[in-house]
Amino acid sequence: MSSAHSFDVLVIGAGPAGIAAAVRAAERGVRVGIVDDNSTLGGQIWRGGSDQQDESASKWRERLRDAAVFTLPGKRVFDQPVAGVLLAESDHELCELRYKNLVVATGARERFLPFPGWTLPNVLGAGGLQAMVKQGLPIRGKRVVVAGTGPLLLAVAAYLRKHGAQVPVLCEQAPWSRLAGFATALVSEPTKISQALRLTGELAGVSFAANSWPLAAHGQNQLETVTISRSGKSQDIPCDYLACGFHLVPNIELPLLLGCRIHEGFVHVDDLQQTSISNIFCAGEPTAIGGVDLALAEGQIAGLAASGHAASAQLFRQRERARRFARVLDRTFRLRDELKHLPSPETFVCRCEDVPFSRLRNHASWRAAKLHTRCGMGPCQGRICGPASEFLFNWRPDSVRPPIFPVRVENLAALDDSQRLAIPFATGDAYARPNMK
Amino acid sequence: MPSPVSVVVNGKPVSVPSGTTVAVAMMIAGHTCRTSVTGEPRGPFCGMGICFECRAVVNGIPHSRSCQILCESGMDVRTDE
Repeated sequence: MSSAHSFDVLVIGAGPAGIAAAVRAAERGVRVGIVDDNSTLGGQIWRGGSDQQDESASKWRERLRDAAVFTLPGKRVFDQPVAGVLLAESDHELCELRYKNLVVATGARERFLPFPGWTLPNVLGAGGLQAMVKQGLPIRGKRVVVAGTGPLLLAVAAYLRKHGAQVPVLCEQAPWSRLAGFATALVSEPTKISQALRLTGELAGVSFAANSWPLAAHGQNQLETVTISRSGKSQDIPCDYLACGFHLVPNIELPLLLGCRIHEGFVHVDDLQQTSISNIFCAGEPTAIGGVDLALAEGQIAGLAASGHAASAQLFRQRERARRFARVLDRTFRLRDELKHLPSPETFVCRCEDVPFSRLRNHASWRAAKLHTRCGMGPCQGRICGPASEFLFNWRPDSVRPPIFPVRVENLAALDDSQRLAIPFATGDAYARPNMK
Repeated sequence: MPSPVSVVVNGKPVSVPSGTTVAVAMMIAGHTCRTSVTGEPRGPFCGMGICFECRAVVNGIPHSRSCQILCESGMDVRTDE
């Protein structure tokens, strides 16, 4: 079964940047579609849930409805067989999406760093655990250690507390000196001050430890205890969950596949959010990790540009302000070198293929490691171990190949000849690879 | 309160609120999602459909990302071995 759609402006990713782009383009009267791999719109930050109270989110959702944007949730884009045609897969069908102009707003994911025990059940990403709670995981009375780096940890700890969890400690790897600089930068941002104050209230009772990080997770078949390094001393903390995350990495697999120029890990864009390919625009985290304000400003500029309209000077000012904040985030939460020594020789770096640190450290490049160990060649296609290896070994990431997500064989078989052209069957192991033993 | 949905996790019925994902139902039931290539039990990790750790057999379809699928009444869910 398959379907086909055609749009003046197609937006990939329905977080704040994508929704803002779709709304601004559709309000100008062009035919707009928005695709997301999640079953609900909103992205990671505006994830639905009964406690959804974000005013800005509701306002944008309402505009999206009013602007008659065609929504395609639950679809993963995996290839562009020819320019202007994307292929996507849902649980039930294959979908062909044609566009005149494209806005890539694929967001970011958490960066994870391996440490002994990080593969134990109930060790989760910080954003991941929050998502699980929003999806019904009971958390009241549970003990959750939150550890890693970045502002997301504060938001997650506050959310968990609000829902009745105990958070015995929040470990932030950044030193106090850099966090103080971050606090100073917040003072120049009125909206961020109110956010920070609200968080401070919600975090009452959480012990915040700077200069601290997880050393190991322990347990028989699931997590029982976490050992942390707290200002140079190690400490064991019994807990039910460990929520960890080391700031964010941009999802640039799609712009890479499309051939957009990448600069230092981010998609290069001009003043109008246009990439190196003239009918492809990019907005939000793939251009810089800057949070929701930057995403909304960039998304609006991109949506207007993609529909042939100019953005207001005010919008450009908002973007500049948000970009300054993004640079502060980057400086504050840069990873410290000690974290490179967290894995033991036996620690799996690649969780899909169970490749231990000892088998990787002697390789010269990501490519060599992949060929010799299968690191990064499992179903996640290196989305987790890639950024980790980049930090641990200074390996440069490789190019991407279609399909950029595993696709069901029956859907690949349903492709016609024109769609099939871009897919190099010789590299078959990137495909819907079953869990080989 | 949303009405509960009943699913079967590794042969045992589990009742969860509607809107619960399969991954969460498996956690509530105390079952892991998959067994890794070296035999380790694994549960959900990234929670956003990227890491593929939450792969489970859902209604007979293996390698389903359980964190992206909502529970439906009568669904049969199994640990991906």
